Amino acid sequence: MIDFLTQQAAAHAEILITLAKIIILLFVVLTVNAYLTWFERKVVAHIQSRWGPHRVGPHGLLQPLADGLKFLFKEDPTPAGVDKFVYYLAPLLALALALTSIAVIPFGPNPLHFKGHDIYLGITDLNIGVLALFAITALGVYGVALAGWSSNSKYPLLGGLRSSAQMVSYELALTMSVVGVLLMAGSFSLREIIDGQATAHGLFGWGGIFRWNIFAGPFPQILGFLCFFIAAVAETNRVPFDLPEAESELVAGFHTEYASFKFAMFFIAEYTSMITVSCLCSILFFGGWLSPFPASWTFTHYLPSVLLIPFGLWVIWDGMRYETIFGKLILPGVGAVITALGAAFLLFPAVNEFIQGPFWLLSKIFVFLFVYVWMRGTLPRFRYDQLMSFGWKLLLPVSLANVVLTASALLWSNR
Amino acid sequence: MVPTHYYLILSAILFGLGVVAFVFKRNIITIFMSIELMLNAVNLAFVAFSQALNKLDGQVFVLFVIVVAAAEAAVGLGIIIMTVRNRQTLNVESVNLLKL
Amino acid sequence: MNAPLIIFFVLAAMCVIGAISLILQRHPIHSALSLIVVMVALAGLYLLMGAEFVAAVQIIVYGGAIMVLFVFVIMLLNAGLEERTNFSKLAGFAGVPLAVALTGLLAAAVARSQDTVQAATQTGATAPTKALANLLFQDFVYPFELTSFLILVAILGAIVLAAPRGES
Repeated sequence: MIDFLTQQAAAHAEILITLAKIIILLFVVLTVNAYLTWFERKVVAHIQSRWGPHRVGPHGLLQPLADGLKFLFKEDPTPAGVDKFVYYLAPLLALALALTSIAVIPFGPNPLHFKGHDIYLGITDLNIGVLALFAITALGVYGVALAGWSSNSKYPLLGGLRSSAQMVSYELALTMSVVGVLLMAGSFSLREIIDGQATAHGLFGWGGIFRWNIFAGPFPQILGFLCFFIAAVAETNRVPFDLPEAESELVAGFHTEYASFKFAMFFIAEYTSMITVSCLCSILFFGGWLSPFPASWTFTHYLPSVLLIPFGLWVIWDGMRYETIFGKLILPGVGAVITALGAAFLLFPAVNEFIQGPFWLLSKIFVFLFVYVWMRGTLPRFRYDQLMSFGWKLLLPVSLANVVLTASALLWSNR
Repeated sequence: MVPTHYYLILSAILFGLGVVAFVFKRNIITIFMSIELMLNAVNLAFVAFSQALNKLDGQVFVLFVIVVAAAEAAVGLGIIIMTVRNRQTLNVESVNLLKL
Repeated sequence: MNAPLIIFFVLAAMCVIGAISLILQRHPIHSALSLIVVMVALAGLYLLMGAEFVAAVQIIVYGGAIMVLFVFVIMLLNAGLEERTNFSKLAGFAGVPLAVALTGLLAAAVARSQDTVQAATQTGATAPTKALANLLFQDFVYPFELTSFLILVAILGAIVLAAPRGES
């Protein structure tokens, strides 16, 4: 029996590896989602001079667990007169599409070698990676529009129509702003875009950070990045573009009539698309897994350990003087794990080389998520007509101008 | 490899179903959607032949068909909105002012 | 029964079921959803044939823009359920088998004529998007410019048609 299973596993190894990658990535993305909500609440709270969640678990770290349990056990009413099929389909569609977009993102350059199979980090690398992401974003409008319409109520309908009109308008600017990067890279594949940045002509001929698309010659993509980031914030319905779901404006917009688990699905979809946009920003404009230091500075390869070991020691020290007994037990454990990880990277050079790529990519994703949350705590929201005129009259012409300028610069430098 | 005539038969079936929807439905928007279904069936035939003959001209034509369908959908839906404003109904059989 | 054939039959079944659902559903929004299913399945078929750019454009433009327009219009016009049509049962009982028979006849005729169009060898195009772009902007540049002009005219037409009354 065991022989039969191992023989079948060896024969269908590729599919099994992909399946394992999908399951692992799904768990990782959902956990990151949960702790992103914790991170957002903490950061917004500190911006507003208060503490945020700090009771449920040490430093509020078990708050996402409490929220998840609440969503599971809350009553799930279905309003009368809704179109049942569409009402149940909309959050499912939103969640499925948001989670699918993580599949095309590469997380590291070097494959793991395992029993003769090369396992690349990242589920797949499509020839049309960027186009596939846009296709998934384009279909994401349906989740919002159908949710608003099927709820059989005024506020969701208005919120859904406004939100989907906003998403469709900013989709154009989003797509156009990436064309500059595609021109410079010559390919739609995300891996090739990052590899192109590794060998690009840096600004003034410098290496490292200046080879990234945002700084690289012949035309630094600063305009493109700004347009992309603003359009992406509008696509994901986040502040300052979240009028359709703002509480003081439209009750809760298109997800008013959705309770407990269906609302959680919309919630997870929104945060997952935030994560996807952060990944895309880092990959397309900021060099992906490339280090900002030139490749000749090999001493920077110890940076992960240099960051992790002091952080782990601080967590242990903070845990030892935490107020609750639970915190006194858990936090030193977490700190010990982080310190051990940092020490492992110091002691095993092969592992250190392997995690350089993912470390830089994850740091950049973290920075972009922080900017997202920072904007939420700081900026007021747009009025709807201001929002639409901003998208059509400012963002779209600027991204078109970016395309024209990039193309001209490329032609001139290749003459 | 999937033989080409499988794709052609599928395209013919889809086109036929589009014609059936066009003839039998009475909601003007559904009729318009059946036109889109017919265009999609034609696109499938184009791409199937492009693969069979190993030339990319079929795919270029598919791009043109998609773009023209988009333009047609925009203008057609504008006309539908105006008709509904005037007749207050979505039933095609009630747009019969020119009937003898 | 290799993998591409199985994938083809699954996607083809999705297409046909979506098209039949378009005909049989009573509410236009359900017909629109069925049509979206057809379009996504067709995009899968294009991917199966190696036309990746066309598949992406199909989803982005058809599925993500044109059908969104349809769904908006259905929502704005508050389209309700269709009334029961009163076409005869005889047409149903006699017509559907005849249609199936005619389709089978055509399918058999197409399948027999395999000598004219062979199933293709692997398209060795390593960068079909680049080749497509070359074709589009060199051989087909005139239709390309014409279509962009057509879109401009369509935008103007849509704005004029849908503009509120009484405004110049």
